[in-house]
Amino acid sequence: MSVIILFMAGMVAIAGWWLSQQRLTAKPWLEQGVMVDLREEGVSSPPAAKIGLGVFLAVVGSLFALFISAYSMRMTMVDWRAVPMPRLLWFNTAVLVLSSVALQAAYMAARRNDIDGVIYGLCAGGASVVTFLIGQLLAWRELSVGGYFLASNPANSFFYLITAVHGLHLMGGLVALGRTTAKVWHGAPVTQVRLSVELCAIYWHFLLLVWLVLLGLLTGWTDNFLDICRQLLS
Amino acid sequence: MVDIPLDTVAGIPPAEVGEVELYHPRSWWTRYVFSQDAKIIAVQYSITAMAIGMVALVLSWLMRLQLGFPGTFSFIDANQYLQFITMHGMIMVVYLLTALFLGGFGNYLIPLMVGARDMVFPYVNMLSYWIYLLAVVVLVSTFFVPGGPTGAGWTLYPPQAILSGTPGQDWGIVLMLASLILFIIGFTMGGLNYVVTVLQGRTRGMTLMRMPLTVWGIFTATVMALLAFPALFVASVMLLLDRLLGTSFFMPTLVEMGQLTKYGGGSPIMFQHLFWFFGHPEVYIVALPAFGIISDLISVHARKNIFGYRMMVWAIVGIGALSFVVWAHHMYVSGMNPYFGFFFATTTLIIAIPTAIKVYNWVLTLWRGDIHLTIPMLFALAFIVTFVNGGLTGLFLGNVVVDVPLSDTMFVVAHFHMVMGIAPIMAVFGGLYHWYPKVTGRMLNEGLGRFHFWVSFLGAYAIFFPMHYLGLLGMPRRYHDIGETSFVPASAHDLNAFMSIAALIVGFAQLVFLFNLVWSLFKGKEAGGNPWGAASLEWQTPETPPAHGNWGKELPIVYRWAYDYSVPGAGRDFVPQNEPPAGLSAQGSHP
Repeated sequence: MSVIILFMAGMVAIAGWWLSQQRLTAKPWLEQGVMVDLREEGVSSPPAAKIGLGVFLAVVGSLFALFISAYSMRMTMVDWRAVPMPRLLWFNTAVLVLSSVALQAAYMAARRNDIDGVIYGLCAGGASVVTFLIGQLLAWRELSVGGYFLASNPANSFFYLITAVHGLHLMGGLVALGRTTAKVWHGAPVTQVRLSVELCAIYWHFLLLVWLVLLGLLTGWTDNFLDICRQLLS
Repeated sequence: MVDIPLDTVAGIPPAEVGEVELYHPRSWWTRYVFSQDAKIIAVQYSITAMAIGMVALVLSWLMRLQLGFPGTFSFIDANQYLQFITMHGMIMVVYLLTALFLGGFGNYLIPLMVGARDMVFPYVNMLSYWIYLLAVVVLVSTFFVPGGPTGAGWTLYPPQAILSGTPGQDWGIVLMLASLILFIIGFTMGGLNYVVTVLQGRTRGMTLMRMPLTVWGIFTATVMALLAFPALFVASVMLLLDRLLGTSFFMPTLVEMGQLTKYGGGSPIMFQHLFWFFGHPEVYIVALPAFGIISDLISVHARKNIFGYRMMVWAIVGIGALSFVVWAHHMYVSGMNPYFGFFFATTTLIIAIPTAIKVYNWVLTLWRGDIHLTIPMLFALAFIVTFVNGGLTGLFLGNVVVDVPLSDTMFVVAHFHMVMGIAPIMAVFGGLYHWYPKVTGRMLNEGLGRFHFWVSFLGAYAIFFPMHYLGLLGMPRRYHDIGETSFVPASAHDLNAFMSIAALIVGFAQLVFLFNLVWSLFKGKEAGGNPWGAASLEWQTPETPPAHGNWGKELPIVYRWAYDYSVPGAGRDFVPQNEPPAGLSAQGSHP
């Protein structure tokens, strides 16, 4: 559980930093008049949808941190047999990186008011993420052909489960990406979709980061880190 | 009193005038059924939660009948008893209390209290309710499937939850887990709204430190729930895979009915870690909104500003953060390392500090207040007494050496019913009596309300106070029939019968309350806009019940905190949050 505790410590640090800027030492019982709070001071206040995405990413982060915690606890049991990683995963990772880059390019194009760049970026991002998902399915197939079934070992179970949850999140993102692309396709001006493109890009970068962490976990690169974490609580 | 200088006010942008981006319903269906108005969604959440809560109430009656009069009722067998326990616990904790506090009170009060027109994502908010309803329907369907609902206990511990000796092993456990997964997805959608609305939807002048404590409580509880529910989600998904696809995340190697099962090597303790990582914060997810509601109720009905507002806010935030590092105090008897036990006992006891601060502040708010013993106030006082009571037994159970002999006895049942059953329900009732006039424009019937209060309050003590004693005698929980157990004296059976009769009477009082809710809707006394003379923003709406968009043409501007009561020199004994300071006209602030 130390992984989720570390994640929560991070959340507490962010919450503490934010709260420290909210005049929590004010004496509201002594103050009358209109207090100007941070949101009104200028243009720095992010839109609600962006904050909503930030909160959602914290929830998703918590979800994956808990999966990793469970993985770390379960892998110490005697019946654990590590899964050989399909080499396809490297190709998939590269495709996911491409997808993230494409969406970043779309966002930058949106900031330049370059509608063609937005369309190319969104389509390239969508196509490469679909390629990633197909690649993950092929990796599953490769494992099952090799006799590594879901229930035959807990390491296999975790591999299928974690990749499935990550894939489902990407599919959810595809819905948002599809809606944004449709809006651009139907002639919405760049100013109307700039925020949506930015949110898609943020979500993609986050899921890329999660995938890199998961890849480190599944390939065993993070075992030393997990050992250290386990020792923190034992 | 410090007046903010006028030049600060001059820097305020002009008030919002004219149409805002707001979803406008076009038909009866989109206005009242698939509504995106937070107020309607709140009522939908509340009605659904109370309806499923009534199911849980009836289940508790059946349990008490069996415990009070064992062997008398042939239609309650051991399996059904376990199913009743499981469903009662899960419904009350998750589907009633969480949904009612966050989905019901949160949806209604957050936009009104912070001066917003609606939640920031109304469509997602609507989806949240319908997914919650689906979760409830899936849960109820387990009563009608082969094998019935699961009887694994509300904690759903494996391996018991999955093995064939447990009732509901066929369909019940699968549907229960599916329902929980749905609930969490639905809640996440709603929770995003509550958090972002508090962060971004506040009207001008409504700084965080001017928000009523109810909003602080619901806000903090929602943040906690958003981070804690994923643990239940992960546990549910993995248990579902163990049950359906034969994985061994939690299921150990074991022999069932003389046969070696297909499972091997899993860790039931891992499930407990995940479950309680959700389960303990859940206690505070229910308690923090109750704390907030009680603070507001006490202040309004004692006509006095809340004592130590700033400390109250810090205590809420502190409790929220601390509650994530105490989960393993539910697992002292799982064979954990004694140093772990020491760590978790210590953190558990540390939470008593901010909690005690809150209790002291409530008591000091009452001190020399002009206490009006209205029904909401009675419930608020009952909450304080009951919460202190349950909190004190929590100190017993938080200590490893005391907890070990008391584990799995009725003492634990008594403790958590006091602290997270009766106390939050008192806050729910107080809140319902307090805000019903804003929701409907009418007052609840006073006589029926007082009857409801006294029977519920005294009755709850008649049920749960003796239960501590039964626990100390060693009477185990979750037993269908304790039989001729030598260490439980015969007198305990009489006590059990007494408690069961009290439970039947308390349940009846809840039916009176439901009748009052419906009757007063048509026949209740007209309430007017602000019957309690409250200062917080939700009572200052131009219409009661508030219309779609809450605030008419212009959003309110907030000039002060929510607790200006009995201010010397003021014309009335309360000053609304949107009343400009003397010398500053409302028009002057927004040309």
